[in-house]
Amino acid sequence: MAREGIAFPQWLNLELTYRCPLHCVYCYNPLDYADTIGKELSTEEWLRVLREARALGAVQLGLSGGEPLLRDDLEIIVREARQLGFYTNLLTSGIGLTEKRIAAFKEGGLDHIQVSFQDSTRELNDFLSSTKTFELKKNVARLVKQYDYPMVLNVVLHRLNLDHVDKILALALEMEADYVELANTQYYGWSLLNREHLVPTQAQLDKAEAIVNDFRRAHGNKMKLYFVVPDYHASRPKACMNGWGKIFLNIAPDGVALPCHEARMLPGLDFPNVRDASLETIWYDSEAFNRYRGDGWMKEPCRSCPEKAKDYGGCRCQAYLLTGDASNTDPVCVLSPHHKVVTDVIQRAEWAATGTQPLVFRLDKNSRAHSS
Amino acid sequence: MPDARSPELNDTQIPALARGLRLQWEEVPQTWVLLYPEGRVELNGSAAEIMRRIDGKQSIGAIVGDLQRTFNEPDLRADVIAALALARDHGWIEVSDGT
Ligand code: SF4
Ligand code: SF4
Repeated sequence: MAREGIAFPQWLNLELTYRCPLHCVYCYNPLDYADTIGKELSTEEWLRVLREARALGAVQLGLSGGEPLLRDDLEIIVREARQLGFYTNLLTSGIGLTEKRIAAFKEGGLDHIQVSFQDSTRELNDFLSSTKTFELKKNVARLVKQYDYPMVLNVVLHRLNLDHVDKILALALEMEADYVELANTQYYGWSLLNREHLVPTQAQLDKAEAIVNDFRRAHGNKMKLYFVVPDYHASRPKACMNGWGKIFLNIAPDGVALPCHEARMLPGLDFPNVRDASLETIWYDSEAFNRYRGDGWMKEPCRSCPEKAKDYGGCRCQAYLLTGDASNTDPVCVLSPHHKVVTDVIQRAEWAATGTQPLVFRLDKNSRAHSS
Repeated sequence: MPDARSPELNDTQIPALARGLRLQWEEVPQTWVLLYPEGRVELNGSAAEIMRRIDGKQSIGAIVGDLQRTFNEPDLRADVIAALALARDHGWIEVSDGT
């Protein structure tokens, strides 16, 4: 099913719903996510997406959200996915994961569960997610173990919790985590809105990284640790999504097909909907998926840069959000003429004690203020 | 001759796929792939032949014997052991001592 010059999608991510019991200030869902409430795909539509994606060659499946557990057909989706041969990953905050449900997932063939934690200390965890969920999550971690899944913890790091990395790791050890992903915040959507509160200082980062390295030396045999360095503090951008329309296909709750979670807000791109077109047409033929494939769209300095095959010029969404043009070089790159927008943010983080604006929680009412 | 990188692997040991990993044939790329949470590896022909024989029951010796018979090659032991050591070092398989 692959076509000349275009690789087949390997990774399908279903954002089953944008509804979520949490209200994380760094949420990666679109600011206007509330627009999709009431327009979610039906069970049958999701199953059709699964079948079409599998036929195209997709084998990795992410089930995410929002909180995917809010879909009460998740068991049906998991079972069908597994029968089709997908390797199924559930990405959850854990809220709503009862023993009954996890038993059904296990039985249906779910391969893997990743639980996200906001922080190790209850106060901060509850503050950042703006709800009382910490004890609940610890129970979830126990269930995950009990059903013989590897315990995979994901913690989003930023200015407000970086200083707790040692406690986060101690907690992970206590919960017998097998993998811990410490992912520094990327700035899109809600996290961009709250950026001045979230960008860490270089000293914070250095200290956290040193702690992570010590921890790796001491416990690396029991627990695998990943520390994703924030790209604002790097000199080159990340190879976003391993290239636009190259391996990753994301379906939003209302059926909009996207080359990454964030792309929906890019202006001038008409992202196709699985309700109107087949995945095959969407992936291979749509203008939106072809727009930033290859390197024909690139401007200088990327166009003539030897590294373009490695990082694809970085992230289109970040280029748009920070420079106003999605086909610019990602300004995280020191070669970008716009790089100063990034260094200004970092510098501000070095001297500012706190943000000047209040933190904006991801709430339906705040989202509606951003609706189009 | 024992492989230098894996002195402790021997014929009586029993390899099994690590927890959570899956090996399966994929139609679109026409390859065997090893699936794990954050990605997948496409296996080349000989790696696939070895990995397919790992079932948590057969010993390394039995796997070597099977491969040697199937491919009519008398001397695959060192290659198989090296491949298994690599797979173990990647965390793809776990090796337990046979009885
Ligand atoms: S980041 Fe937080 S609020 Fe956003 S979907 Fe995940 S758990 Fe919910
Ligand atoms: S100029 Fe473009 S291609 Fe070169 S390193 Fe920077 S982002 Fe990558």
